[in-house]
Amino acid sequence: MPIIVKIDKCTGCETCLESCPFDAIVMKEDKAYINEYCNECKTCLEVCPEGAIIEMAGNENTARKKALKEKFADYKGIFVFAEQRDGKAADVSYELLGAARRLAGELDTDVSAVLLGADESEAQELIMWGADRVYLCSDPELKSFNDDTYAGILSDLIEKHKPSIVLAGATAIGRSFIPRVAARVRTGLTADCTSLEIDRDSRDLLQVRPAFGGNIMATILCPDYRPQMATVRPRVMKKGTYDNKSKGEIIHVKTEGLSSRTRVLEAVKEVSELSVNLHEADIIISGGRGAGGAKGFELLEDLAEALGGVVGASRAAVDEGWVQYSHQVGQTGKTVNPKIYFACGISGAVQHLVGMQSSDIIIAINKNPDAPIFNVATYGIVGDMFEILPMLTRRIKEIKGQ
Amino acid sequence: MKIVVCIKQVPDTAEIKINPETNTLMREGVPSIINPFDLHALEAAVRLKEQRTVRVTVLTMGPPQAEGALREAISLGADDAVLLSDRAFAGSDTWATSYTLAKAISTIGADIVLCGKQAIDGDTAQVGPETAEFLDIPHISYVRKIESVEDTMIKVQRLMDEGYDVVQSSLPVLLTVVKELNIPRMPSIRGILQSKKCEIRTLGKDDINADENDLGLKGSPTQVKNIFAPESTAEKKMIEGTAEEKVESLLGELKKIKCL
Repeated sequence: MPIIVKIDKCTGCETCLESCPFDAIVMKEDKAYINEYCNECKTCLEVCPEGAIIEMAGNENTARKKALKEKFADYKGIFVFAEQRDGKAADVSYELLGAARRLAGELDTDVSAVLLGADESEAQELIMWGADRVYLCSDPELKSFNDDTYAGILSDLIEKHKPSIVLAGATAIGRSFIPRVAARVRTGLTADCTSLEIDRDSRDLLQVRPAFGGNIMATILCPDYRPQMATVRPRVMKKGTYDNKSKGEIIHVKTEGLSSRTRVLEAVKEVSELSVNLHEADIIISGGRGAGGAKGFELLEDLAEALGGVVGASRAAVDEGWVQYSHQVGQTGKTVNPKIYFACGISGAVQHLVGMQSSDIIIAINKNPDAPIFNVATYGIVGDMFEILPMLTRRIKEIKGQ
Repeated sequence: MKIVVCIKQVPDTAEIKINPETNTLMREGVPSIINPFDLHALEAAVRLKEQRTVRVTVLTMGPPQAEGALREAISLGADDAVLLSDRAFAGSDTWATSYTLAKAISTIGADIVLCGKQAIDGDTAQVGPETAEFLDIPHISYVRKIESVEDTMIKVQRLMDEGYDVVQSSLPVLLTVVKELNIPRMPSIRGILQSKKCEIRTLGKDDINADENDLGLKGSPTQVKNIFAPESTAEKKMIEGTAEEKVESLLGELKKIKCL
């Protein structure tokens, strides 16, 4: 419902102006005015000391909402799109099953996985990881990823089985075709959720994601349409429990005459010199401008090798040409959340922080005690990485007996 | 051949700082820029002009101020520009934005639609693929190289999580691009002159044959429930002492968390 300012109550104190994430409040003749950029997020309602900002009651949309409610009344259950690579389910699929199981428990419903281009043994694995049912399509055509075929099959399954929630990994594959599915079935999709909960009253899915380049968090709802669709980045959710006695149903999905307007001619695996898979790594050792050059990155590699981690970098180090772009962590690089993140010689610009601040433990090493990286660090060391790192690597090797 | 490049004017989020006392965004004086990924999409379109007869139209949806971004795109080599602006579009989520863009692109006509992989303010990467779906054309995401363009066919490299795919598609097609695709050029003198005198075509809701129920806040299935500052729950600890002592303390902490 529209948000308005009660002019007689507004004192023109301007407190609300800064609170608005959408820049939708402006001053007009010394009173606050809410313009068309308002997203009805209601943040300003709590901020106004006079209670002058209110939500207008209205019944303009109630008939439409009621019709939608009836239309989607029989949507229930949770779908997890289980992505495979080379026929093996990706880890993110198990993580999503963990999240789906938890949500299904709260909603007292069941979990179905959708697996395309893999065989029955992988479907069985998904059952061990928590799926009650797997819709399996083993057509070899689906081994390689094409948006048309994947979007077509998933949309059809959604329309046929009417799930209330659909979860998918925010991977290259998920981020590419899941939006097509959302557009086709006419529903909302929230990208890169960091938390998924069920609202106690409405039973809607509360989808939390970073907004404004990760400077602030937003809770997103999809109240009137079903299914509620969300993508989640790898390693954000915890895997559920693996139970090899789990029983589930495998339903073979028939696909006739799959057609795609795109065709994969070749799939090339590309491993950079330092072999980075930042998304999957438990330990990441990153360097920034303070690494000073390729020499500094050799120290990072040594530590990475000793700890069994991989090397990451800030945008500054990549722009300087010290390390390849595939290592870049941050808003214009990769988002990572390893168990341990070392930030060495990285000052901690917001653009970098948004890519790594959800790491479990952050260890910052920087010469400058005022560097913003220390604000997010679990452990901070003010010092020279050229002194600290070689010593640390040597001691770790001693301890591990390498 | 007609190419439409979709661009978005965004706040330079790298310049946004958080007020540590109030935990609110300090956006005053933050400049507006063309979304960086969109500049690579535009560059790709302008380079295709050098190979074949191509007309490049740059399209944005936004408030009247977004005209500045369109003029900048003209200075970088686009032939003409369309501003999609109407109060009815305000509050659009990715679904409604994509629907509206697709309606506008249908009005303009395109053999190839180019978009940046995502906008740096929202980071959803959804608008490109959703727009392709509304246009009922194929799309390829994360394009890092355009290998060849023919009259009815295109071949590109698509970045994947563990490498890349060589993908072929029929035209028309929509591509979302990553920054490895190219290095955007600087504006030319001729381009700057062009951008000053160029007329910007404005389209509103009545010009694109759209269903009003599918536009703006009303057409958007998702809603922002609330906004809050990211919490930092982790305990923070500065490790003090000589370099040796610092290393030993850190090793102690690493042992505690069973990393060693």
